[in-house]
Amino acid sequence: MRYSALSIVKNALSGNRHWKPVWREREPKKAYDIVIIGGGGHGLATAYYLARNFNLTNVAVVEKGYLGSGNVGRNTTIIRANYLLHGNNPFYAHSLKLWEGLERDFNFNAMVSQRGVLNLVHSDAQYDAAARRGNSMRLLGVDAELLDRRGVQKYAPYLNFDQERFPIQGGLLHRRGGNVRHDAVAWGYARGADARGVDLLQNTEVTGFKISRGRVTGVETSRGLIRAKKVGMAVAGSTSRVAAMAGMRLPIESHVLQAFVSEGLKPIVPGVVTFGAGHFYLSQSDKGGLVFGGDLDMYNSYAQRGNLPTVEHVIEAGMTLMPSIGRARLLRSWGGVMDMSMDGSPIIDLTPVKGLYLNAGWCYGGFKATPASGWCFAHLLATDEPHQLTRAMGLDRFERGHLLDETGRGAQPNLH
Amino acid sequence: MRIPCPLCGERDSKEFSILGDATVKRPDPDGPDAAGEFFDYVYLRDNPAGTHCELWFHEAGCRQWLVVTRNTLTHEVAGAELSAGRKAKKR
Ligand SMILES: Cc1cc2nc3c(=O)[nH]c(=O)nc-3n(C[C@H](O)[C@H](O)[C@H](O)COP(=O)(O)OP(=O)(O)OC[C@H]3O[C@@H](n4cnc5c(N)ncnc54)[C@H](O)[C@@H]3O)c2cc1C
Ligand SMILES: [Zn+2]
Repeated sequence: MRYSALSIVKNALSGNRHWKPVWREREPKKAYDIVIIGGGGHGLATAYYLARNFNLTNVAVVEKGYLGSGNVGRNTTIIRANYLLHGNNPFYAHSLKLWEGLERDFNFNAMVSQRGVLNLVHSDAQYDAAARRGNSMRLLGVDAELLDRRGVQKYAPYLNFDQERFPIQGGLLHRRGGNVRHDAVAWGYARGADARGVDLLQNTEVTGFKISRGRVTGVETSRGLIRAKKVGMAVAGSTSRVAAMAGMRLPIESHVLQAFVSEGLKPIVPGVVTFGAGHFYLSQSDKGGLVFGGDLDMYNSYAQRGNLPTVEHVIEAGMTLMPSIGRARLLRSWGGVMDMSMDGSPIIDLTPVKGLYLNAGWCYGGFKATPASGWCFAHLLATDEPHQLTRAMGLDRFERGHLLDETGRGAQPNLH
Repeated sequence: MRIPCPLCGERDSKEFSILGDATVKRPDPDGPDAAGEFFDYVYLRDNPAGTHCELWFHEAGCRQWLVVTRNTLTHEVAGAELSAGRKAKKR
């Protein structure tokens, strides 16, 4: 059923008793052309674009929990295309374009809201770096505005401009960035893929690979063997564990990132503000909760929860930037497991195993990438050729020394 | 999370900073496959879900490097020893 204003009225008149489930529950078939492991944003988007762009529908998405139970439902929902490197940002610019047309495309309300993303700077060096990054973005046709201190004061008067440790000197404003309702992204892609014939298999864990003569022929799952000509991995924080079942060791570590939400408040924060120097960023959800986060807990982790020192650090940074949040009560905090790559950028590529493809290394920034990641991973799965937007995101770049290190921090994954 | 420092006793993890996997070994730069081994050493990690040996620095304490054994699924710390002592033992 297509959703429309009319369908809402019709269903309201019949007491909302006749809505159909958003997708079907399927039994696994014995074999598919393509199996995608991971029913997060990237796996579901990949299935959607395989069907939409390549008419490949003999496809299954295999998810160990329920759809959207991973990071796609745990992130702080920020989308943006404000990267520096030309190996990265054209990909994110494409993602932003896809976000702009996504709801019409998949006929689902994902509440895409381009309310702006402001990165604060606190020193001359940071100001220069922001100018450089802004110029790099504009060269690629992405919007960027450099604000001085007065500009930030006008744009975000609720921040503390008197603090002395990190005085606000300006910021880089990216107006086309913003927030998107994260769960709805998973549901919208799932519904769109299902409607085109893709099987969505929930509570189905991949426990091994069938590999014969260097070529993948299927996956072992908790619901039995599923044969496949091609298998794509899109399992985010579980990447090393799943890849290990195919005998691979990767340039990835798993780390926990926490996030927080306050009670609902009247509108106060219209866009996204990031305070990188203090490890804090926030936005306000449409329900009114202040949604905020900071840095990783720093130690390797597969637990979807963090520890109190990081909670304290994030809240302290928040109080420094915006003392008024001290009056709000915290409702919840949670954690998600990040696939931190060794240079902080993602990997979308073929692997040494024929027919097995890798989509990983999203660090704490993979939500914004969801549409482009699905778009490009579908291209790779369908054609065996990396999409031109992901040419720089190959798995062999570490060995070749062609890193995509936005911050120049080197092979220390928790610092990216 | 608390780390039992052999010198300072059990201390809050907040006093420490982590470097990462303690099992990787710097290869011999003059070895026959030095380039390949360095790639492995610098970039590839087992990244286990379970027991992990890792280097922590007791920054706000004795300022010694420790090898901590910790479970990445539960955050349970099984033990910690001085990194320097470990090397000496092996030699
Ligand atoms: C607190 C937090 C805040 C964040 N904030 C932002 C942000 O503001 N902006 C942004 O761009 N990004 C953000 N991110 C990062 C972003 O959420 C992730 O990079 C992105 O969601 C990862 O891709 P995914 O959606 O496919 O992952 P996931 O949703 O984690 O999907 C992977 C799926 O694979 C499944 N899986 C794993 N192993 C198996 C197996 N063996 N068999 C079957 N299935 C398996 C998992 O159950 C999971 O559902 C944030 C992340 C966190 C945790
Ligand atoms: Zn100590």
